[in-house]
Amino acid sequence: MQQRERRDLREALADATCRAMREAVIYLPGDVKRAIAQARASETDVVPRGEYENITKNIEAAERLGVPLCQDTGVPVVYLDLPPHVQFSPVLFEGVAEGIRQATTAVPLRPNVVDPLTRHNSGDNTGAGMPAVHVRPGERFTVTVLPKGAGAENVSRITMLLPSQAGKIEEVVVGTMLAAEGRPCPPVVLGVGIGGTFDTAPSLAKEALLQPIDTMNEFEQQLCDAVNRLGIGPMGLGGKTTALAVKVKTAACHTASLPVAVNVQCWANRHATVEVDW
Amino acid sequence: MTKKAIQLTTPLGDEVLTLRAGDRVELSGRVYTARDEVHLRMQKEGIPFDPRGAVIYHCGPVIKDDIIIAAGPTTSARMNTLSGFLLDAGVRGLIGKGGMDATVREQLMGRAVYFAFTGGCAALAASHMTLKGVHFPDLGMAEAVWVIELDRLPLVVGIDARGNDLFGTVLEKAKRAAGPGQSRDCR
Repeated sequence: MQQRERRDLREALADATCRAMREAVIYLPGDVKRAIAQARASETDVVPRGEYENITKNIEAAERLGVPLCQDTGVPVVYLDLPPHVQFSPVLFEGVAEGIRQATTAVPLRPNVVDPLTRHNSGDNTGAGMPAVHVRPGERFTVTVLPKGAGAENVSRITMLLPSQAGKIEEVVVGTMLAAEGRPCPPVVLGVGIGGTFDTAPSLAKEALLQPIDTMNEFEQQLCDAVNRLGIGPMGLGGKTTALAVKVKTAACHTASLPVAVNVQCWANRHATVEVDW
Repeated sequence: MTKKAIQLTTPLGDEVLTLRAGDRVELSGRVYTARDEVHLRMQKEGIPFDPRGAVIYHCGPVIKDDIIIAAGPTTSARMNTLSGFLLDAGVRGLIGKGGMDATVREQLMGRAVYFAFTGGCAALAASHMTLKGVHFPDLGMAEAVWVIELDRLPLVVGIDARGNDLFGTVLEKAKRAAGPGQSRDCR
């Protein structure tokens, strides 16, 4: 009985993970599509308008053909929400990894996961520590996937500010985007993690990308306006919108620290959540 | 969209010299995908196709059963130090996203252009493409050279053969907007 239950959990998780991955790489969330439509409407110049025309046509083509929006289907970042009745066990990680392997052939995904030093490609988007699985307490048993492309990930940053430098947070955010130029496929979404420790700030920044981007609080709006004054525009070709949104997530930190992490995300802010049928 | 896109077909010749940064182009004909690893391989073992008038596409596609599923551009800046030998061999166009540096801008002068294709638009790209072959398949899906026939892929000239660079102009403006306190290293 015990064996049976364990296998079923693994299968149910694999199925949910595979479905979430398919949905994430093909269909953009509604809030992201709305933000892109708004950004498109704000442009008057020929070059940025052409970029948005391609982006809009691409979103439609992916949905119509049932194929990935972008050939960089990313590395799998996974958030597992566990309600009290689901026990924490290694089966959870096995089930998620199996789902990623299934999605790699079924969707298909581009095999992106390699050993960091030998650069050997596993061929199935899994490897040591990959998928990156984050387990959280939750009310419903869900799998959330955030396939993360390299173009935007490569220009992300962590800065250890001093407690007296809170006024520099905006400079860090704007500076990250200025250094990134057109490389992360703007208009970007910026996840900003503030506080925690050296390692938690980037995790907060990544998790911030899961929040709805069609609303921002006053601080987020202020950061977003500052980034948009750069005029980098879609693909670095110039335009009014460089960031669709800035989303901030905070955690308590040491009285002598102020970690600030900026996780840059391309316009294709892909993520999807599927309930595990178990 | 006020101006109609300029129609070009590979192999390209001196018509690339008349293009201006910001021109909209629809490109047809054969192109060759290439990313970091195959640039290194071609420098060692030679270019496996006729480079004269050829166009290189910075792209690592998703291919399944010999069909192009998704094939948007990758970040061209990673090839900043790797593109000179291709241009010396007669390549007349590079396609990618995000632009390239001053070294490449110099190398393009008087002979070739850099086309920008919208990053992330892989499904749209695939709908303008047919797969014709592959070189260096041992490098794997993302890094091999895929031979692709384009049918009017919508591009914009990012860097022209006269040194005009849309990305460079935008970056200069962005630096000024960020102010003197803001270095590119954000410290």
